[in-house]
Amino acid sequence: MNNARKNEIKDNAFKVFALVCTSVGLIVLGLLLYNIISVGLTRINWDFITNLPSRRPGKAGIYTALLGMIWVVTLTLIISFPIGIGAGVYLEEYGKKNPFAKFIEINIANLAGVPSIIYGILGLELFGRLLALGNSILAASLTLSLLVLPIVIVATREAVKAVPGSLREASYGLGATRWQTISRIVLPASFGSILTGLILAVSRAVGETAPLIVVGALVYVPFAPKTPMDQFTVLPIQIFNWTSRPQSGFVVNAAAAIIILLMFVFILNGFAVFLRNRHNRRVKY
Amino acid sequence: MQKVKEKIIEAILLICSSITVLTTIGIIIILAIETFQFFKDVSIVEFFTGTEWTPLFANKKFGILPLVSGTLLTTFIAILVALPLGLTIAVYLNEYADKRFKAVIKPLLEVLAAIPTVVYGFFALTFITPILQSFIPSLAGFNALSAGLVMGIMIIPYVSSMSEDALSAVPNSLREAAYGMGSTRLQTAFKVMLPAASSGVIVSVILAISRAIGETMIVAVAAGQEPRLTFNPLNSIETITTYIVQVSMGDVPQNSIEFRSIFAAGITLFGLTFILNNISFWMKRKFVQRYE
Repeated sequence: MNNARKNEIKDNAFKVFALVCTSVGLIVLGLLLYNIISVGLTRINWDFITNLPSRRPGKAGIYTALLGMIWVVTLTLIISFPIGIGAGVYLEEYGKKNPFAKFIEINIANLAGVPSIIYGILGLELFGRLLALGNSILAASLTLSLLVLPIVIVATREAVKAVPGSLREASYGLGATRWQTISRIVLPASFGSILTGLILAVSRAVGETAPLIVVGALVYVPFAPKTPMDQFTVLPIQIFNWTSRPQSGFVVNAAAAIIILLMFVFILNGFAVFLRNRHNRRVKY
Repeated sequence: MQKVKEKIIEAILLICSSITVLTTIGIIIILAIETFQFFKDVSIVEFFTGTEWTPLFANKKFGILPLVSGTLLTTFIAILVALPLGLTIAVYLNEYADKRFKAVIKPLLEVLAAIPTVVYGFFALTFITPILQSFIPSLAGFNALSAGLVMGIMIIPYVSSMSEDALSAVPNSLREAAYGMGSTRLQTAFKVMLPAASSGVIVSVILAISRAIGETMIVAVAAGQEPRLTFNPLNSIETITTYIVQVSMGDVPQNSIEFRSIFAAGITLFGLTFILNNISFWMKRKFVQRYE
């Protein structure tokens, strides 16, 4: 066998090996979905969604966890989006050569790598104890806002960066001020990409568990929250709680709740991908 | 008037960006103050060298090493899975696969990173562990192995996507030069492209390690709550993150020493990831523009 032939065999062997590697990830993903759906799908019905938590697995539902999640995620949106978009616009449009902006940039890169549970510790001390918000929905939302802020900022910066300079110059040429240019030209032009980033941030907030446990989310909440100062639980924490119970009925409940949670996550991510593709196709400067 | 308005808006936007700096400062100050309080009651030497961690028992011992070993064990298993798989996928997508295949596979793999980690925990505990137990009868119900394996699958996209980006940033001229010398695709991939992209690949691995160290829910569900100084993956262990969850879920009174111990554990965790993140940031800065 000559050298060329040997190399060809090696080349093909690697190709097969690589395809196996790629499929390992996808097979595990498939197994995970199959496992959860086969365990939990039959448990999902209207009662499961509208029932309060219960000690008996057959009667327990996710109503309070679902409402808690909607509360927490909505407040997180309201708090984090204006701040994140503002910060992203500042760094890209105002702070280009400013050393402070450089410092902030390094800082954001670092924050993105901080484990989420550390944000929980920050939220517990700062919002829960110092600002005396306790284990309320508001304390949890403020904590999650800090957590998703780097995602929003980075997405905004990328979006604003992609707007061509010629649009800005045209606006300045017509006598617009800096803020007029940003609010009426740059932000509308980058709206699609910013939205994609925002949706991914929501998806992250929906699945986040550890920081909320540290802030003090409860596992058993027998009432639906009505104000931002109420105590709460969220879907991932309900899943965590049910998973760690010994009775097999609760494992079924956990799988059913996971199906609901994954539906939220997949719809959000799918929507983000759809927006990105549509935006990439449509906008050509 | 217009000028004043412009200045005010700029100031507001500056405040928005400063919040991120305040977040970092807040984290450091809070961890430092509470840890300082903690070390008034516990010797710092005992904390970093002690081999027993029992703050929730009557006979309290505060040696962080069992938690560190648990964290490193699950992280090591995860990297053992994610590094070879992720790197091979990156090389394959960049050197072999055609564009359409890549356009389908990359987002599909990234779904792995979008799934909430509590779901992986459920999967590790109720699916992977029973399967592994049928091969390894001595495997505990909660164990580092299955949590680590599942965590490895979860971080594949971190390694594969970022390494792939690093590989595709290598200029085409290098690849053509290698082909011109008569190299095969495999030789080009591993002897030219991968070394040229090495800094980007290393950055991706460091970030994946940092992600694995800070991962909480998978290990909290599937790896157990028994702090144990061991590197045997078949045992039930406890990670730093799990301990913080365990205390948060329990009825520990605030301002007690048990409560303060989560800040000492937290600062250890923060220190580990902070160092890794800064190494990767420094590498990115230093090496990334070499070919431009």
